[in-house]
Amino acid sequence: MRRGGRGAGWTVGAVLAVGWALLPVAWILSLSLKAGDDVQNRRFLPTAWTLESYRVVFRSALFTSALRNSIGVSLIATTISVALATLAAYAIVRLEFRGKRLVLGMALSVAMFPVISIVGPLFDVWRSVGLYDTWPGLVIPFLSFTLPLSIWVLAAFLRQLPWELEEAALMDGATRWQAFRRVVVPLAAPGVFTAAILTFLFAWNDFVFGISLTSTDRARTVPAALAFFTGASEFQHPAAAIAAAAVVATVPVVLLVLLFQRRIVAGLTSGAVKG
Amino acid sequence: MTTAATDPARSSAHARSSPAAGARATDRARRERRLGWALTAPALAVMLLVTAYPMLDALWLSLFSYRLTDPGGREPVGLRNYAVVLADPLWWEDVRTTVVIVLLTVPVELVLGMALATLMHGIARGRGVVRTALLVPYGIVTVVSAFAWRSAFSDDTGFVNGWLGLGDLAWFGHRWTSLGVICASEIWKTTPFTSLLLLAGLAQVPDELREAAQMDGASAWQRLWRVTLPSMRRTLLVAILFRTLDAYRVFDSIFVMTAGAQRTESVSFLAYRQMIGRTALGLGAAVSILLFLSVLSIALLLVRAFRIELVQARGA
Repeated sequence: MRRGGRGAGWTVGAVLAVGWALLPVAWILSLSLKAGDDVQNRRFLPTAWTLESYRVVFRSALFTSALRNSIGVSLIATTISVALATLAAYAIVRLEFRGKRLVLGMALSVAMFPVISIVGPLFDVWRSVGLYDTWPGLVIPFLSFTLPLSIWVLAAFLRQLPWELEEAALMDGATRWQAFRRVVVPLAAPGVFTAAILTFLFAWNDFVFGISLTSTDRARTVPAALAFFTGASEFQHPAAAIAAAAVVATVPVVLLVLLFQRRIVAGLTSGAVKG
Repeated sequence: MTTAATDPARSSAHARSSPAAGARATDRARRERRLGWALTAPALAVMLLVTAYPMLDALWLSLFSYRLTDPGGREPVGLRNYAVVLADPLWWEDVRTTVVIVLLTVPVELVLGMALATLMHGIARGRGVVRTALLVPYGIVTVVSAFAWRSAFSDDTGFVNGWLGLGDLAWFGHRWTSLGVICASEIWKTTPFTSLLLLAGLAQVPDELREAAQMDGASAWQRLWRVTLPSMRRTLLVAILFRTLDAYRVFDSIFVMTAGAQRTESVSFLAYRQMIGRTALGLGAAVSILLFLSVLSIALLLVRAFRIELVQARGA
């Protein structure tokens, strides 16, 4: 019965699902290509296509710096988060010590934590220690909120590895560190990669820290910039320019998602089904 | 599917620490413990630094009347901030709005997610296309999703009124229509994740089980309720838990779509507005602590309810 769905009903369902998933994306794409009065013609498609809005967006210093900030902050946070998570996940899976429940419990609590609750205190502290409106000021909170995801994904992945290979290396006289670096790391690479993609998506999506802990183009990220973007001039309706900026912000994640969809799906669901 | 999967570490470590010579074994155990702490300490420290410390700070701040614009006027007020918040009808209205959003989104996400999971599980051709398409809303930034839905419904740029023949309906001019669009956008953005989660759960249900039920004359509806859903109970519970907590923290979409106008403000938005917008850190911190406590109680309630569920399921 698994492969039984061939009837017209299944096809209609599939078409509806794809349409529903893609229509809003097609809409911002279309809106971003509208020119002048078309923006307010209240139709789905533009009457004339133009790339003017993209020119506006890329000429806007606010947006280009936001793009730079988002890429930089997300990449740094992803790298550190995945490195720390790899160490923690290895310890959780391979070592016997009491702290491991604490780490897993902590990760679960952080994953459920209402981010808004700490924004005020962070705002206060960051201003007094000079982290407000800087990259590290965003990297640090991104780290702590992406760590749970990376730890869960990596722990689920590491559990399935053939650990006999590490045992063999240890037997042959390798130190733990050598065994870790030469045997475990290459085997774990696909899991680390999956965790990195998911972490990057998470960091790229952040809005709360982006608007609360930044104030200028020094550190303001794309989602935050989008919310405050008002277009090129007050005489133009900003919707088309915002749409263009939104499309630019969407392209990298959609590419990532499409290129690595198998890994993403496996990583997202690994913890929930078995864990 | 079992809890055994949670503890592979324990089994592997036990297997290794065989009853060898006593002294060497404890020595090795001690080294292992120390290494374990050393490897997890950085991750643990970072998580604590950015959650526990600010949370305690919020608790402390909430006991003061403290505005960033007037640091000199900072004075301890005991629990008065909490009294002010809890006596304010706005707090309760925001709680109601947040609960309404949870109740409107989570059930729809589950039903729609299950329908999409069933579609992806059962369809003979085109499964890959559906899955790829569904990953697009998952990957998209929430702010972008909110903007797409706002501009599609708004009465100056939107096409929706034209398509539905609704004339000049101002979606963002009324409370319930605004909430409707906010929920629609949230559902669009998060259902794909739910459906992928449920698909993974669905794949774990043995096909033989359903085939046997079919042989016995069970209808498709009965098979769904009596066989499929009970067998994927664990996945369903995880999906409900995470989606409920996530929906309760709703913020981005409201910020972009209405900024809280038309009484669409959520609890998260209230906390943000007090602290960052009005820089009333003391009062805002009290709202934050109350938000934290509500999320915590929802989590505990659900986990507890599910534990009972799981125990009953195992006993049955």
